[in-house]
Amino acid sequence: MKHVLAALVENKPGVLSRIINLFSRRGFNIESAAVGETEDPKISRLTVVVEGDDKVLEQVTKQLNKLIDVIKVSDLSSGDMTGRGLALIKVSVDRETMGEIIEISDIFRTKIIDVSPKSLIIEVTGTDEKIMAFIDLMRRFGIKEMAQTGLIALARGAKATTIKKEG
Amino acid sequence: MKKIGTAIILESLMEEGVEVVFGIPGGVLIPLYDEFYDSKIRHILMRHEQAAAHAADGYARASGRVGVCIATSGPGATNLVTGLATAYMDSIPVLALTGQVPTTLIGNDAFQEANITGITFSVTKHNYLVTDVKELQNTLREAFYIASTGRPGPVLVDLPKDVQTAETDYKKDIKINLPGYKPTYGGHPKQIKRAADLIISAERPVIIAGGGTIISGADEELRELAELVMIPVTTTLMGKGAFPEDHPLSLGMLGMHGTRYANYSVMNSNLVIAVGVRFSDRVTGKIESFAADAKIIHIDIDPAEIGKNVRADLPIVGDAKNILSSITNEIKIQIKKEKTKDWLAKVKRWREEYPLSFEESGETLKPQYIIKELYKTTKGEAIIVTEVGQNQMWAAQYYLCNRPRRFISSGGLGTMGYGFPAAIGAKVAKPDEMVFDISGDGSFQMNCQELATAVQNDIPVKVAVLNNGYLGMVRQWQELFYERRYSGTKLGYLPDLVKFAEAYGAFGTRVTRKSEVRSAIEEAIETDKPAIIDFRIEEEENVFPMVPAGAPLDEIIGGN
Ligand SMILES: Cc1ncc(C[n+]2csc(CCOP(=O)(O)OP(=O)(O)O)c2C)c(N)n1
Ligand SMILES: [Mg+2]
Repeated sequence: MKHVLAALVENKPGVLSRIINLFSRRGFNIESAAVGETEDPKISRLTVVVEGDDKVLEQVTKQLNKLIDVIKVSDLSSGDMTGRGLALIKVSVDRETMGEIIEISDIFRTKIIDVSPKSLIIEVTGTDEKIMAFIDLMRRFGIKEMAQTGLIALARGAKATTIKKEG
Repeated sequence: MKKIGTAIILESLMEEGVEVVFGIPGGVLIPLYDEFYDSKIRHILMRHEQAAAHAADGYARASGRVGVCIATSGPGATNLVTGLATAYMDSIPVLALTGQVPTTLIGNDAFQEANITGITFSVTKHNYLVTDVKELQNTLREAFYIASTGRPGPVLVDLPKDVQTAETDYKKDIKINLPGYKPTYGGHPKQIKRAADLIISAERPVIIAGGGTIISGADEELRELAELVMIPVTTTLMGKGAFPEDHPLSLGMLGMHGTRYANYSVMNSNLVIAVGVRFSDRVTGKIESFAADAKIIHIDIDPAEIGKNVRADLPIVGDAKNILSSITNEIKIQIKKEKTKDWLAKVKRWREEYPLSFEESGETLKPQYIIKELYKTTKGEAIIVTEVGQNQMWAAQYYLCNRPRRFISSGGLGTMGYGFPAAIGAKVAKPDEMVFDISGDGSFQMNCQELATAVQNDIPVKVAVLNNGYLGMVRQWQELFYERRYSGTKLGYLPDLVKFAEAYGAFGTRVTRKSEVRSAIEEAIETDKPAIIDFRIEEEENVFPMVPAGAPLDEIIGGN
C-alpha cells in the first residue's frame, strides 16, 4: 500500500541527506520525496510517498521522528487529503500530430510552455493518476525528455500539519 | 566576554563536568590542543583513535557520564567510526570532537579532509559541522544534551580550524532549542494500569531486562517489582548487572548462549515483561516462535523499538525507572495473590536439570574454569570488560554480575578490539575498582597498542587473554556447521605475550596448567602495573549451550 507522509523539518544544511540516508539505511522503499520551504522560512516540509504495510509505515514514521531535525510527522493518507505533482514533458511533434497533442493537452488542462518546430514542452499538474495517464497518452508521439516532481500534499479542511508555537 | 573557539570548547567541557578526554592531535587540532596544555581537564593520549572512542565509551558505561574523545580531521576522524558505531548500537553517551579543515577549504579535497558528518550519519544519534564560531557554544551544549538524554548515543561535533581560532562572545546562559527532540520519560498512566493488571493475573510471567534498565538506573525498581510478584528475571548481555545474578529469581542471561533455563522459561511463559530491550536476533532466536504463548509488555524509551522486531501487546514508552516504580505502586494497592508458585517450581526444576556446565579434564585449562576462578578470586567485585567471541560468552556465562555498570561488552556491534581500550576508559572512570578485560588472542591483537597508553598514564588494567590459537567463535561455527573446515580462523602466530607485556613495561605471566590459575590472577592483581595473563586454554573448546542462528530459542544444542 502507498502512504503519503508529511514531515516538518528544520531548514538546515544536511537535513535532506540525513533523511535520505535514513531511508537507505533502514531499507525503506521510498517512491518519491519532495521538499520545500513552508510559511515559516526556518521550517521545510517534506512529503514522502512510501510503499509498504502498516508495520513499515509505523517504522518510517518513528524513525523519521527520531531524527533530531525532524519536528513533526503526519500520515496524510490516513485522512482526507489532496495531493499534487507536476511533470514537464518534451514531446516530439510534426504537422500531423500537433492538433491531436493540443487536443489531449486541453482535456487534461495542461499548459504548453515551449513550442518549437519539432517539439513541445507540456506542463501537467495533478494527482499521480492524472499525470501518469497523461504521460501514457503522450508516449505514442515520442517523449524526448521528461522531469517530474514528487507528490506534495495537504490534508483537506481545517486540519493541518503545523507546529504549535510555544508560550 | 569575548573568547576564541578553542577556549569556548574547553569552557563548555568544564561546564558539562568533563574531567578527562581521550584523544590524538593532528594538524587542524593544534589550536585546540594548545588549550589543553594548561587546562584542568586531563587529556589521555591514546595510540589509535578507534581506541580513543572505545575508551570514552568504556568511561561512559562505567560511570554513566558522557565520555569524550578527540580526533583530528581525515584519518583521525575516520578511525573513530568503529568506536562510534559500537557506542551507537549499545546506546552509549559519547561526544566525539573532530578537527576539520578550514571552512574555506571544505569540499576541495584539502589535505586530510574527510566528510565525517556525512560518513557518521548512520552511526551517531546526531552530528554537527560547526561553520560559524557564533554557533559553537550552543552546538556543544546541544551535543551533550542529545548524547545523554532520552535514549543516549554518540554525538559528533566537527570543528574546522578557522572556527577554533575565531572569536566571539561567550554567553553565561544559553538555552537549548530543539523543537524536534522531546524524549518521553513518564509512561502513559492507562498503559501502566493495564500492565499492572496483566502482571498480577499472569501465571507464568518472566522479566527480560536489557541495557535500557541499566542506562535508566532502574535496577532497584526492577528488583522491587520482581520480588513483590515473584517473577523470574533473565537479562540480555547488555542487561547483565541490572538484576543480581546470585538472586534466587535470577535466570542469568538468555539468548544464543544463554542458560537453558532462561530460554525455556521465556519460551514457556505467558507474560514477558521486557524492560529496555530491543529484541535482537541473538536474544529472540527464530522470531516467529519467540514466546509464542505470551503476551508481551514492552517498556522502552525509544518508540521506534516498539514493534520493530517483536509484536508488543502492551507498549509503554518512557523511562524504565519511572515506569517500573509506577507499575509496582499500582500493584501494591491491589490485593496480592500467590500466582507464580507453580511456575517458579517449574523454573527451578529446569535450573536443576540444566545448569551451566562444562567438562573438566585433568590439568588442561578450561576457559570456564578460569572465569570461575577469576570470579572467586575477585569475589565478584571486579568490573569486567570483554572482547568479542567465545571469551565474551564465557565471561557472560560464568562471571556473575550483581550490580549495574560492572559488566561492559560490545553487544550490538560485537566489536573485536573493544575490550582493552574500553577497560582503560572504565579504569579511568573508576580508579579504585579492579578492572579486568577478558580477552581473546584475536581480539587482543586488534588494539594491543594501547598497552603503551595504560603504562604511560598509570592505568593498571588487567587483561586475561583466553588464548586458544583461534578466532574461536568463528572456528566453533565452522566446526558445528561447516564440517570443521577451519578456513581463515587459525591464528597460528601470536607474539609471546609475556615478553610483549614486558616490552611495554607492564607485567606479564603465562598459565598452562589449572593449578597455576589462581596464583597468576593474584599476581596480576597485586602488581600496580597493567598486567597481561596469557592463559593457554584448550584450543577447540566450544561455548555451550547454543541456539543455532535462526533456530527457535528452545532448540538448544550442547551444555548438557
Ligand atoms: C572487528 C571484528 N572483526 C571480525 C569479527 C568477527 N568475529 C567474531 S568473533 C571472532 C573471533 C574472535 O577471536 P578471539 O578474540 O581470539 O576470541 P575467541 O572467540 O577465540 O575467544 C571474529 C573474527 C568481529 N566480531 N569484529
Ligand atoms: Mg581466540
